[in-house]
Amino acid sequence: MQYKSQAVAKPYFIAAIILFVAQILFGLIMGLQYVVGDFLFPEIPFNVARMVHTNTLIVWLLFGFMGATYYLVPEEAETELFAPWLAHLMFWIFLVATGATVAGYLLVPYATLAELTGNELFPTMGREFLEQPTITKIGIVIVALAFLFNVGMTVLKGRKTVVSLVLLIGLLGLALFFLFAFYVPDNLVLDKFFWWWVVHLWVEGVWELILGAILAFVLIKVTGVDREVIEKWLYVIIAMALITGLIGTGHHFFWIGTPEYWQWWGSIFSAMEPIPFFMMTVFAFNMVNRRRRNHPNRVATLWALGTAVMAFLGAGVWGFLHTLSPVNYYTHGSQITAAHGHMAFYGAYVMIVLTIISYAMPMLRGRTSANSNKSQVMEMWSFWLMTVSMVFITLFLTGAGILQVYLQRVSDNPQPFLAVQDQISLFYWLREAAGVVFLVGLVCYIASFFVGSREPEAVIEPSGSAA
Amino acid sequence: MAQVFTKSMARNIFYGGSAFFLLLFLVLTFDTTKALPDRDNRGAITPEVARGKLVWEQNDCVGCHTLLGEGAYFAPELGNVYQRFGNSKDAIMGFIKSRPKEGIPGRRSMPQFNFSDEELSAIAEFLIYSSKINTAGWPPNIQG
Repeated sequence: MQYKSQAVAKPYFIAAIILFVAQILFGLIMGLQYVVGDFLFPEIPFNVARMVHTNTLIVWLLFGFMGATYYLVPEEAETELFAPWLAHLMFWIFLVATGATVAGYLLVPYATLAELTGNELFPTMGREFLEQPTITKIGIVIVALAFLFNVGMTVLKGRKTVVSLVLLIGLLGLALFFLFAFYVPDNLVLDKFFWWWVVHLWVEGVWELILGAILAFVLIKVTGVDREVIEKWLYVIIAMALITGLIGTGHHFFWIGTPEYWQWWGSIFSAMEPIPFFMMTVFAFNMVNRRRRNHPNRVATLWALGTAVMAFLGAGVWGFLHTLSPVNYYTHGSQITAAHGHMAFYGAYVMIVLTIISYAMPMLRGRTSANSNKSQVMEMWSFWLMTVSMVFITLFLTGAGILQVYLQRVSDNPQPFLAVQDQISLFYWLREAAGVVFLVGLVCYIASFFVGSREPEAVIEPSGSAA
Repeated sequence: MAQVFTKSMARNIFYGGSAFFLLLFLVLTFDTTKALPDRDNRGAITPEVARGKLVWEQNDCVGCHTLLGEGAYFAPELGNVYQRFGNSKDAIMGFIKSRPKEGIPGRRSMPQFNFSDEELSAIAEFLIYSSKINTAGWPPNIQG
């Protein structure tokens, strides 16, 4: 760690991991409810478990992005963070707001939570992923503004690199597009149209800039490849991300009351959305192959390569599978969507946060550059267990989705939703089993922070080729 | 990437490309808002429908159901539930009202929300309004 103030990243990463655990536990609850319909009913109905599952995911990724930023910006800007105290303060505000919101979901009925937080005065609740009470949303905006101010001031007073600039543009876009969470018109079509300005323009837009910047930072560090080369790649990747992703929003405007021309715009541009992800994979492997040094943190390199591959598969390939409007006509709102959502979020955003944690945490905990071999081996186990089980979760949900679409929408005698659900329950059981393996991987991940922490750091063997 | 392709060229593609396509996106958005009045059934948005949308939101219905294909995939699509229930508002209200408080053993069941008659009517009116939005022929059949 080159700058003292980088240490503020540590609590952000720890909070991220704790919320990650909560996310997975509630995922397992939901997965079981898919096959044992009355599990925990009526105490934790499915929608409540789902809110906790998706909201903790979003929040822990935000904790991860903020931690990543606090870690890498001082190093890129070659100066201490503008106001470390502000970063600490915002951490606690964000954590308390998250805890209170999740407690609200679990302890009282959602309608009561809406009443308690005065939702009727300024209704923003009850939309997918944006279920947070209005007051929580305002809190998110305050935290985001303070965060952007702090990071912006740091970049301004220090060296301006492409990595920190791209990261900053991504974060600025994140904050800006979140403001559409406050626009909830009575008109359902307008509501849905601008809801996507938060959801799509986040995950298939500005978040890709954040992903690219963090990946570029880690690759510069672990490969020692010339910054000029990496920055050129970064520009091209994020250029393609926005060129395809902005109009690609149209793939959500096929069937929600918007004009039919979106079927052309959305299909053509979103069909090109895999391109930046493919480039990212080529980029990551290229840089690692051309590395000028072997970094002793081999597991961080593994995460970086894994991110590139899994983001391409989950966001790119599984996205393409159902993005063309004639296909989407049948698959829209089915388990195919769920399959894509799981692998894309894991591959692109979960893995990039785990990459930067893997790279930075050893230094934040007092190592010079890497954990012990024993700890790294444990973390590699967690990498493979979580990644392979996520592949299987995706495959099982895809199987469920294909059957669902056929039985409910394509066959000569279309059957009702719940009748179809009964017939595909085998796939849901298999998905749940894969989810349990994911949890085992997560336990290994947590364990990797404790196993071998008293052993000496890993070093590079002179002849060995790492990664 | 060969040397002829420089970093500043890459940077220009990023800024130029993003700006151009953002602008195009805004133009298409503008055109969409112009075209919507003919498609989105806005004439039917009465105060009761607006109230129904709020009830829909404040009970997180989208946490289990899809509406025009968006939401959760745990319970049936509701964009065409009005047609599926034989164009009957009473059938919608009756279904919501009759959900068992303790659920159904071993099976998925909608919670009992204890709605007032006004709330029930509002949410049904909201679903009726939604069912008449021009969705380009989606869903493929009555099962949603």
